[in-house]
Amino acid sequence: MNDVMIEITDLTKSFGENQVLKGVNLRVNRGETVVVMGRSGCGKSVLLKHIIGLMKPDAGRIVVDGIEVTALGGEELIEFRKRFGMLFQGSALFDSLSVWENVGLGLLEHTDLSEEQVRRIAREKLELVGLSQVDDLRPSELSGGMKKRVGLARAIAMDPPVILYDEPTTGLDPIMADVINQLIRRLQATLQITSIAVTHDMNSAMKIGDRLAMLYGGRIVFEGTPEEVKATDNEVVRQFVEGRAEGPIPIYEE
Amino acid sequence: MNLVGYIGKSVSYSVAEVGAVFILLCVAVKRIPKAVRQKHLVVEQMLKMGVGSIPLVLVTSVFTGGVAAVQAAYQFQNYVPLRYLGSVIGKSVVIELGPVLTALVVGGRVGASIAAELGTMKVTEQIDALETLAIDPIRYLVTPRLIAGVIMLPIITIFADFIAIMGGYIVALVGLGINTHVYFTSLKLFLGGLDIFSGLIKAVFFGIIIAMMGSHHGLKTDGGAEGVGLATTRAVVSSCLLVLITDYVLASLLFRGVFAG
Repeated sequence: MNDVMIEITDLTKSFGENQVLKGVNLRVNRGETVVVMGRSGCGKSVLLKHIIGLMKPDAGRIVVDGIEVTALGGEELIEFRKRFGMLFQGSALFDSLSVWENVGLGLLEHTDLSEEQVRRIAREKLELVGLSQVDDLRPSELSGGMKKRVGLARAIAMDPPVILYDEPTTGLDPIMADVINQLIRRLQATLQITSIAVTHDMNSAMKIGDRLAMLYGGRIVFEGTPEEVKATDNEVVRQFVEGRAEGPIPIYEE
Repeated sequence: MNLVGYIGKSVSYSVAEVGAVFILLCVAVKRIPKAVRQKHLVVEQMLKMGVGSIPLVLVTSVFTGGVAAVQAAYQFQNYVPLRYLGSVIGKSVVIELGPVLTALVVGGRVGASIAAELGTMKVTEQIDALETLAIDPIRYLVTPRLIAGVIMLPIITIFADFIAIMGGYIVALVGLGINTHVYFTSLKLFLGGLDIFSGLIKAVFFGIIIAMMGSHHGLKTDGGAEGVGLATTRAVVSSCLLVLITDYVLASLLFRGVFAG
């Protein structure tokens, strides 16, 4: 099982004068987890939003499971998104809905399951991320770590083949961050999900990634396994991994 | 910046804006068949718009009717007998004051809340989250608000008309010494079905305007808390302006075109 699930070719995107992505190439195999590392504001989230079709590229192609995302529009695009789960940086829970409704919204909208059945599935997914007795709470009553876990439960609610993680551990304490890392690892092991995670948390990147890719200056400048990343003499990667202010990466982007 | 450039930019911005709202309206209308299947979303918005606005509309209408009575009585002095007071209040309330003041008050309240809610959802990525769940935000968020606006505004307007006429009645009875029979006889004397119909037609348009301005400015919010504030202001200002402009256009069409023959 080494076929390509996601293939990104020469992806470019500008916002006004600012060219954020300058030709990104990336392949993700089925069942694999690839972590895209990079500094804040280097276009990691933009890359994710292109994969799921929330943004349209200026040029380039993205093919997911044989379907060209960039060519889709309207209803087709909405249908296509059912293959994905996405965990957002700020969790992005719907604050007008209760926790179980957040998790079950996709099921309530797209299936004929009864409210009771959806509630049961939502509860199962919540247990999978280690939460119980929170079904009827509002997102505003949850802590940051709990919100992330509810977001994760929502992302896996429809059993999608692909999950995208946008900064899964940002803003969490180190212990909760590790809990999330383990959850992500476990979901991959048990559910055989293909994932892309973007993060600048090196600890998390090393733990959850089968392969790591470094996004720098609008391109992928390095790809390799966690061991290869540790062993590399690529100066950009070294500086990032070791978290040094001195090195080839300018502190202020032009 | 030079003047020509500035004017050019403003004009192209305005045209783009009108286009964007029109497209949003078209898509929202196209999604109506799907949206009505989820009655709970529509009902929720109807309750928010309607029930929540009652106290505000009640106060506005009582005083509108009252002031209409006082002002009309002053204008009538020595020219028109006071027994025609009911007709003037009835006509002005049903055709003009009821629908327009209701739309302005509800536009301020509901338009702002729609823009703030959708704007917050936009900046906290909840709109993106909806899309990743394969839920069309226009179908899920905009269409229910549009339907609620179109249904609720006429209903609130009828309520406002009634309260304003009663407000006028109280002033007439207590302050001007006009008795009940005289007031309601003159009210019925000139008030026709067309007057009421024209007021309700206006209310339908105002409902569309309020829902669309709130949704449009909410959905295109960016830039965090400040952006949400800006979107809210824009939604209220633009819906109030559009209500007044549409009122004039509809009045011209209805009373100089359709009804005039």
